[in-house]
Amino acid sequence: MSTIFGIPAPALYGQILIGLINGSFYALLSLGLAVIFGLLRVINFAHGAQYMLGAFAAYGLLNYAGIGYWPSLVLAPLIVGAVAIIIERTMLSRLYGLDPLYGLLLTFGLALIFEGVFRYWFGTSGKPYAPPPQLTGAFNLGFMFLPIYRGWVVVASLVICLGTWLLIEKTRLGAYLRAATENATLVQAFGVNVPRLLTLTYGLGAALAALAGVLAAPIYQVSPLMGTNLIIIVFAVVVVGGMGSILGAIVTGYVLGILEGLTKVFYPEASSIVIFVVMALVLLVRPAGLFGREA
Amino acid sequence: MSDALLDIRALNAWYGESHVLHGVDLHIREGETVTLLGRNGAGKTTTLRAIMGILRRREGTIRLRGQDLLAMPLHKVAQAGLGYVPEERGIFASLSVEENLTLPPKVAEGGMSIEEIYRLFPNLHERRHSQGTKLSGGEQQMLAIARVLRTGARVILLDEPTEGLAPVIVQRIGDVLVALKKRGLTILLVEQNFRFARKVADRFYLMEDGRMVNSFPAQELDAHMEELTSVLGV
Repeated sequence: MSTIFGIPAPALYGQILIGLINGSFYALLSLGLAVIFGLLRVINFAHGAQYMLGAFAAYGLLNYAGIGYWPSLVLAPLIVGAVAIIIERTMLSRLYGLDPLYGLLLTFGLALIFEGVFRYWFGTSGKPYAPPPQLTGAFNLGFMFLPIYRGWVVVASLVICLGTWLLIEKTRLGAYLRAATENATLVQAFGVNVPRLLTLTYGLGAALAALAGVLAAPIYQVSPLMGTNLIIIVFAVVVVGGMGSILGAIVTGYVLGILEGLTKVFYPEASSIVIFVVMALVLLVRPAGLFGREA
Repeated sequence: MSDALLDIRALNAWYGESHVLHGVDLHIREGETVTLLGRNGAGKTTTLRAIMGILRRREGTIRLRGQDLLAMPLHKVAQAGLGYVPEERGIFASLSVEENLTLPPKVAEGGMSIEEIYRLFPNLHERRHSQGTKLSGGEQQMLAIARVLRTGARVILLDEPTEGLAPVIVQRIGDVLVALKKRGLTILLVEQNFRFARKVADRFYLMEDGRMVNSFPAQELDAHMEELTSVLGV
């Protein structure tokens, strides 16, 4: 059997793949966080809960309405996005202009409520969610077996990240969003309905989290705590990438996912902290983050 | 003056608790260019911000074609037909020159086309793919003006367009304002440089400590030179 740096090649590739999968979720979630923070200046602590809600929306659609994976990829983000829009209109929008701490506390409280309610209904043990039949099985790549569903997640997340990036960098709506991130008052003085833009942005960010939740359902189990476990790492990713930087969130998500996977191969003891070590180092050397603009 | 297009009466405004405008009256007829003179801190920029609704705590009357602007949310004011060229120009760093140019939504028919704007400002065409803030100060000012010409707004509020610019650029901006005037636009210009302003203005208003202290037609500028010198401190 071939080895690389004394590590059996299949084990190495396997961990890189796991890193890439985790990185896909880090990228999808930190992307939404970065978009929301950039425009609303809200640190959305409910992001993990919205990811969890996405997974449960897919689970509920399947088990109570018989609606399968493919429609859920569209429906679950719409449902969670609608919930987020209600949250933004009725609660979050009242906190703009106050210290960002208030937005953080509100979303943190909402996350606890959502998780508490779902724990009450479903307990803490995970619920299984089967991948769609079209995506079961594995490819033989010659050097390793690639489960088709995992390959799909990597491709889907890349496409979603690229699509979101194009939406923000290349469209008129994206130009409004970027301009309003710099100076919302001036953009509104030009006649753009900025309050509606804020609402849609929060809805979009939450919908991205929900989409990640649906993608995650067949890989990790559907559990009320699935978001809590992930959100702290995702915050570290956002800090490393640079708060509010879209490209930074995407690239850092994948890179740190793979780095975590490699650490599991070469020094497993450090694998659960490596991302936080990177975060500390980045904060020491470049406090604005790798892709952030220096303040 | 009941035939005023933009009619402002007894306008009071506050920054937080601090009372900054005291009963400002200002009337502009269609097609007129009116210049607001006053030294730093006299309340000129504040007046523009209060008209636009960026400064929200206001009392009094602001009417555009009889329409009450005071009650409108900020984004409706531009849609009512006001174009705003802010102090410091307000060019967005994360947008290209062309994106900056096309950012403000159209509010009425009759605005300039992109081609017309590029004919008027060839530099902007040359640098349309550059980052907005990579332009020189003069080019950024041109961009800030060009940006509101596309929207079809018939009333333009200009906040110190000549500030910090070289004389040759100031002259160029003067030419642009004359061209806009010929197109029949109504212009409210805030300036400290009255030698520049006299080339385009039909009337002057003089501000001090958040109050209007005088107003007179452009022909009478020389007769008011003494007062101007003392109010402007030049």
